[in-house]
Amino acid sequence: MSLTLYLPLDAAALALGADEIAEALRTEAEARGLDLVLKRTGTRGMVWLEPLLEIEENGLRMGFGPLEPADVPALFDSAFEDHPKALGPVEQIPFFARQTRLAFARCGIVEPLDLDAYRAQGGMKGLERAMTMTPEEIVAEITASGLRGRGGAGFPTGIKWKTVLEAEGARKAVVCNADEGDSGTFADRMLIEGDPFCLIEGMAICARAVGADRGYVYMRSEYPQAIAMLDASLRVAREAGILGDHFDIEDRVGAGSYVCGEETALLNSMEGKRGIVRPKPPLPAHKGFMGRPTVVNNLITLASVPAILSEGAEHYRSFGLGRSLGTVPLQIAGNVRYGGLFEAAFGMTIGELVEGVCGGTASGRPVKAVQIGGPLGAYFPRSLFDTPLGYEECDAAGGLIGHAGLVVFDDTVEMGAMARFAMEFCAVESCGTCTPCRIGAVRGMETIDRILAGDPAAPAILADLCETMRAGSLCALGGFTPYPVESALRHFPEDFGGAREAAE
Amino acid sequence: MTTDIIARCRGIAAAHAHLDGPLLPVLHAVQESFGHVPVAAYPALAEELGLSAAEIHGVVSFYPDFRTEPGGRRVLRVCRAEACQAMGAAALGEDLKARLGVEWHGTTEDGAVTLEPAYCLGLCACAPAALVDDRPLGRVTADRLERLAREGSA
Repeated sequence: MSLTLYLPLDAAALALGADEIAEALRTEAEARGLDLVLKRTGTRGMVWLEPLLEIEENGLRMGFGPLEPADVPALFDSAFEDHPKALGPVEQIPFFARQTRLAFARCGIVEPLDLDAYRAQGGMKGLERAMTMTPEEIVAEITASGLRGRGGAGFPTGIKWKTVLEAEGARKAVVCNADEGDSGTFADRMLIEGDPFCLIEGMAICARAVGADRGYVYMRSEYPQAIAMLDASLRVAREAGILGDHFDIEDRVGAGSYVCGEETALLNSMEGKRGIVRPKPPLPAHKGFMGRPTVVNNLITLASVPAILSEGAEHYRSFGLGRSLGTVPLQIAGNVRYGGLFEAAFGMTIGELVEGVCGGTASGRPVKAVQIGGPLGAYFPRSLFDTPLGYEECDAAGGLIGHAGLVVFDDTVEMGAMARFAMEFCAVESCGTCTPCRIGAVRGMETIDRILAGDPAAPAILADLCETMRAGSLCALGGFTPYPVESALRHFPEDFGGAREAAE
Repeated sequence: MTTDIIARCRGIAAAHAHLDGPLLPVLHAVQESFGHVPVAAYPALAEELGLSAAEIHGVVSFYPDFRTEPGGRRVLRVCRAEACQAMGAAALGEDLKARLGVEWHGTTEDGAVTLEPAYCLGLCACAPAALVDDRPLGRVTADRLERLAREGSA
């Protein structure tokens, strides 16, 4: 008798023991004389339920998790029905049911390298439609969708593509920025490990729109499973003729430098140079990789493209809020009860997401702060939990949405230490090109130490230093480090001793 | 031995020379082969790639991943970033340093384990997280990490 089961191979699932479950399933199936077909998919993104095993019944995928190897024999005994870890239909779990999955529509459902399954679940429809359109029509469709850069800057994607389309150049390039270094973010990793063809399709559409013959995916060495999956998917796509002489994609792997996520440092790194930031202009759209006109897009931006082409711009822009249109894969992490990836229309409030959807902290203590947008993002206190998650809305509240990672902290966090860490991180990762970042980060650490030691003169110095970093840095590393520092000071002055009040 | 390493590095460089911007792929491949990037190979790499040895040095020294001396038999990368800090990564890091008797980037005296800080492994919803070589681990404890890092590397 044959038995088909689905189990994620995503790095987070592996980190929680998915391979041990796979081994236990094989052992148990063999002992019972069952012919086990174990399909290794991406993850649904409900990380607290990993390893999450699924079985299909009457067209519905039923889930069991979080599993331990010791749970496995009873699963077989119960014929995969009545089991203490049974979750019912996976897509009816509230965390999943409340989502709008466009970029992540197939993630967790299909085997990542099964191109037929990709097509059966709606894949390649976007590229097929793009092949019937002119480059100008594709760019117009992307512009009309309202898609903006998901790396954090929020620049309109259609305008960037139009600039490259109109730029003069014998060769042009599409670069996918998958250097996902922000703490609390894992959407790029999850998509590559769960549905790499979606990225390949998005890049192929972009290449057709701007006239590029080469694509590059800049990956992180911290993601070994994602690198292997991308490479394997590129081979499958080449064999299927999706990639080839007309357009091919190479992977490039970074080497542990955070600042290489900045687009010009990334281009330098790809060219084999130190990952230092280039002044702009020239824009990468005019002179990018090897001097060629280059689209540099975040991975999630590119992975959003196939659904826009297949369903149309109007469909995409029917989601969202204000000028933040479409969906965003929100990633909720840190000290959170139900952590994972939640793709939804822009506009949900921080509080609704963190406390309503994600159940507050893992520790069960009150939420004290949520850092949004990575190490360069602001700390939001509970008093700002009514802020809707959108580009302008987060900006108006003194922060940024960034790559849409939310890191939850309970009331044991010391915000003085977190502010100091922000400066320390900037000092470690600074590329050294500009003085405000290179020197300012070190002075910032020292000045926060002085504040924490009660020096009444230090807060004013820190404020001045932050202003210099914000205004004088070449890129967002130095320029945005004041966000976590100043938001921590502003919203949690009690964590910095009495010195701040004395200075005011 | 050194001559052999240099010859093999030259071969690695030649095999990647067709790429646009081959240096990072070359350095990754060299480190994969030898566990580090030998300084003695800089002139040969430079010659194959049309660069100066100073440029090679500049790039190797810029990126945290590249080492010019052999590391431990296993590399333990422990995340220090905010999401892991929210789940106790600061104390975990201190505990590991004490257990292994090293600072960040250090290798244990017996050469078994190199301890490296990482700034995000993308395992933020199962923090604190670490990699033992390429194996991802979530909700880790110092006990378990030390055991896995030393396993088979003693």
